[in-house]
Parts: sequence; C-alpha cells; structure tokens
Amino acid sequence: MMRTENISKFYDEKAVVEGVSVDIPKGKITSFIGSNGAGKSTLLSIMSRLIKQSDGKVYLDGMPITDIEDSELAKRVSILKQSSHINIRLTVRELVSFGRFPYSGGRLTQEDEDIVSRAIGYMDLTESENKYIDTLSGGQRQRAFIAMIIAQDTDCILLDEPLNNLDMKHSVQIMKTLRRLTDELGKTVVLVIHDINFASCYSDYIAALKDGKLAGFGKVEQMIESGILKDIFGMEFDVREMNGSRICLYYT
Amino acid sequence: MRDSVKLAVLFAASLVCVLLFIFYDAGSDLSFILPERGAKVAAMVLTGVAVAYSSVIFQTITFNRILTPSVMGFDAVYLFLQTVALFLFGGGGFMMVNEVFNFTVSAASLMLFTFFLYRLVFVRKGNVFFLMLVGVVMWTLFRSLTVFMQMLIDPNEYSIVQDTMFASFNNVRADLIGVSAVIIALVALFCVPMLRKLDVMLLGREHAVNLGISYDVLVKKSLIIITLLVAIPTALVGQMTFLGIIVSNLAYETMKTYKHGYVIACASLFSIIAIAGGQFILERVFYFNITISVIINFTGGIYFIYLLTRESKR
Repeated sequence: MMRTENISKFYDEKAVVEGVSVDIPKGKITSFIGSNGAGKSTLLSIMSRLIKQSDGKVYLDGMPITDIEDSELAKRVSILKQSSHINIRLTVRELVSFGRFPYSGGRLTQEDEDIVSRAIGYMDLTESENKYIDTLSGGQRQRAFIAMIIAQDTDCILLDEPLNNLDMKHSVQIMKTLRRLTDELGKTVVLVIHDINFASCYSDYIAALKDGKLAGFGKVEQMIESGILKDIFGMEFDVREMNGSRICLYYT
Repeated sequence: MRDSVKLAVLFAASLVCVLLFIFYDAGSDLSFILPERGAKVAAMVLTGVAVAYSSVIFQTITFNRILTPSVMGFDAVYLFLQTVALFLFGGGGFMMVNEVFNFTVSAASLMLFTFFLYRLVFVRKGNVFFLMLVGVVMWTLFRSLTVFMQMLIDPNEYSIVQDTMFASFNNVRADLIGVSAVIIALVALFCVPMLRKLDVMLLGREHAVNLGISYDVLVKKSLIIITLLVAIPTALVGQMTFLGIIVSNLAYETMKTYKHGYVIACASLFSIIAIAGGQFILERVFYFNITISVIINFTGGIYFIYLLTRESKR
C-alpha cells in the first residue's frame, strides 16, 4: 500500500520531519499520534503530495507517487486537511459532487450522482443536501467534506484531524463510518488524531511521532501502553482495559 | 431567475447597446458611417471579452476577487515596450508604423516576461502570492522607467504613447482587430477543457490538488492566457484598470452557479454593455467631453471601495 522511505522536511535548516520510514498496512486504520508540532500533519501532507519533501520518497503500491499522473493519483489517494474554508457559495451536494471530479472531469453521469447520494447518506446529510455550506454548523460542514472524500472513492484515505469541531456523537459516528469503510470496502485509512482514546478504540495501528522522528509504530495493543505514551508525550498515562479497548486516563 | 435566462437577458441588453451605438443617428448613408462605427464596435466587443476573461481567470488562480491582472504589471510592461520602441526608433520608426508587427513583438516580449517571472519566482517558491508581490515590484519598476523615458522624448512623440496609457475608442487601431479576434477565438477554444479544472480551483489549492488538478501546470497555462488577453485590449484601445474588477464581481453576484463557463460569459456581456453603453452615452450625450476610461475608472473605483468595505465586514 503506502510506504514512506526516509522522508525529511526542512524549513530553513530546521527539520520538521526527519528520516521517517513507515509502511502503512493495507485495509486498516492507522493513526498518527504525537504532540503539537511533532510533524504529523506535515508527514500526511507529504504523503498526499500537498507539500514537497526535502528528502525521501513516498511509494504507492511500490511506485513513487511522483511517477503517477495527478489525475490518476486522485483516484487512488485522497486527503482532507483540517482548515476547510471555501470562498464560494456551494450547496452540500455541489461540494460532494466535486469528489467525483477525478472520474467525471466535471460532467457527472448517473452513476456519479448515485455515488454522491450514497456518500451524503453515509454522513447523515441527506436532509440538508441542498443547504449552502456556509449556513451549516462546524460539525455538519466537516461531515460534508468527509462525504466529498467518500465520494472520491479512493483506496487510501488520509484525514488530518477529522474530529476537529465535532461533538462526541458525531465523532463516534465518523469513526464508525471509517471503520465500515475499512472493514466492508477494504479502504486504507490514515488519520492524524489528537484524542488518544479515539485513536485507541478505533484504529488498528498507531504511528507515534516525536520531534519529527518516528518514535514507534505498531498495533494498538503494543503502542497504547503507559511507558511508550510517556515517552511520546512526556506525561503520565494510566492505561486500563475496558470492554476490550484500552482507555487512557491522563487527567492528572 | 435561472442563470441561462439571465444570460439571455444580458445578451439582449448588450445587443441593444451595440446596435444603438451603430445605428443611432446614423443618417441615410450607412456606407459612410458603418465601417468606422463597425471597427469601434468590434474593438469594444474584443476588449470587453478579453478583459472579462482574463480578470475572472486571474482571480481564480490567485484566490482573490478584488484583483486584476494589472497588479502583475502586465500592462505596465506593455507600455514600457511601447515607450522603448518610441525612444529608440522615433514616431516614424517601423515599430510605430506597422501596428501588427508592433503588436506581435510586444505580445511576444510580454509572454517572455511572464515566462521568466513564472520560472524564477513561481517554480522556486511555489507560491502564487509571492509571484504577485514580485509582479507589483515589477510594475513599479517598469512604470518608473517608462515615465523616465517619456520625460526625455519629444512631446509630439509623447502624445503617441499617451494613446496607449488611457483607453479611448476614438482612436481604435483597426489593423489589429483581425489578429485580436483570431487570438481570442483560439484562447477560448484552448480554455474550454481548462474551465472545469478552474472550477475545482475555487475550492482552494489543497482540495484542488487532492482532486487531481496539477496546480502548477494550471497556473502556468492560465498565466500564458492572461498575458495574451491583457495584451489585446492594451494594444487595441489602451489600459482599462477597473473594468475587470467591476464586471467580474457583477458576474459573481448575478450568477448563482460558480461554473466558469457561465461566470465568464456573464462578465463578458457586462463588459460589452459597460463599454458600448458607456461609449454611446459619451458620444451622443456628453459629445466627447470625457473619455470612457475616466468614467470606468471613476465608477470602478467607487465599486472597489464598496467591495473592500463589504469584505472587511465579513
């Protein structure tokens, strides 16, 4: 699936990401965790060609992504960044329809329309599909953008803090949707996520970053462990097993 | 009202303006008045379309609705080239006498300027705002050089450059109409597949890249097109600074859709109405006491301030 090899990014000599090699498991949810400024978002942006790396390579199914046509890559990898301000007035449906652009080039077929409707339904937005996105609440808007990514129908989905602005109900709903996308449709999902318990309960793998370097990578059971988390975040964690998931208590 | 209905209404309105301009008070002998007014109208339509087209595309690739290509210094460079030609070869020189040749050389130099700006700035920095910043500095540089040379030349020759400095339809360079029409037609054809990509650009750079738009390539193509489209009105009639801002923003407000095909068509029609209607009033009501660019820059300036205050309230 997706693999990074020795990725580094420097801004004026300062390394934001340094020598990160990680192999993203296919058909699983992988979460990037780490403190602010650890380089998680930068790494995700490099993996999705939004930012050019200073060094290293990103591979998709064994091929460097720089060798893949932009229009072709858009059918295989999608990315959603956290800031999603848009200048124009669009309805939810128009926005989600943009997700079909890599396939239809702007002229939607009936099949595209059906996929758009399904994506909107997935995100529970069918009732507000004709509303303008600037009239929506932050959470609804976030879900509209995720619906666009779902409509894009790529094997690999990269999301930068998808739970930003969302309440608990919708956060859980989105994580469950992502779970369904991986379990039922075999998608590979990579997330940058701040809430450690969401990462623990819904991901399969955890990649931890600290000061731009990969501080650990493994299954949730290996990574969500008080010693490792203390190393990454520099604070105490009390990890408990509850209903088969690992829950971290860190409100010390 | 549906967007297509609005376009039809605007088309009718622009047709009325154009016909009014040609036939109002034309007298009985049409063969005398028709070629002269016809050339003017052709220049108006070409200018209107070129200004609208280039402004809308420029605003899309810069993600900003209160800019026109003139911030990049395109027309300043054009004016500079004219002044240099005049300075070196004089008013009777081959550059001034053969207008088609002049236009070709100037447009080619302008393309070269854009190309270097793109190569040196955009490719290295990958940032369209940095590109504009350098463009603004270039604008000042070329502007100052132009003014400096204008100080030195003969006042009679100065009056030749002056025609290029302020738009006026009273001295349309008729030789250029054919060339301009061909260029605009080619550009329009070349652009059709690009327009849908520009629609995606409206979502911002990150979404556009995600959806498979080759951002750098699209910016490069757009800049080439904009350069050509800026050269046309500047050569035909002179500079039109604010017209682009007015018509593009009127089009954004009028059209419900974000699609470039509709927005550009709408902006072009507004542009034709503004020029043909304005020129009609100017010639038949004010009897040539002012030039059209004065009116357009005046109303454009007011509209621009209105846009600024509205944006700052958001």
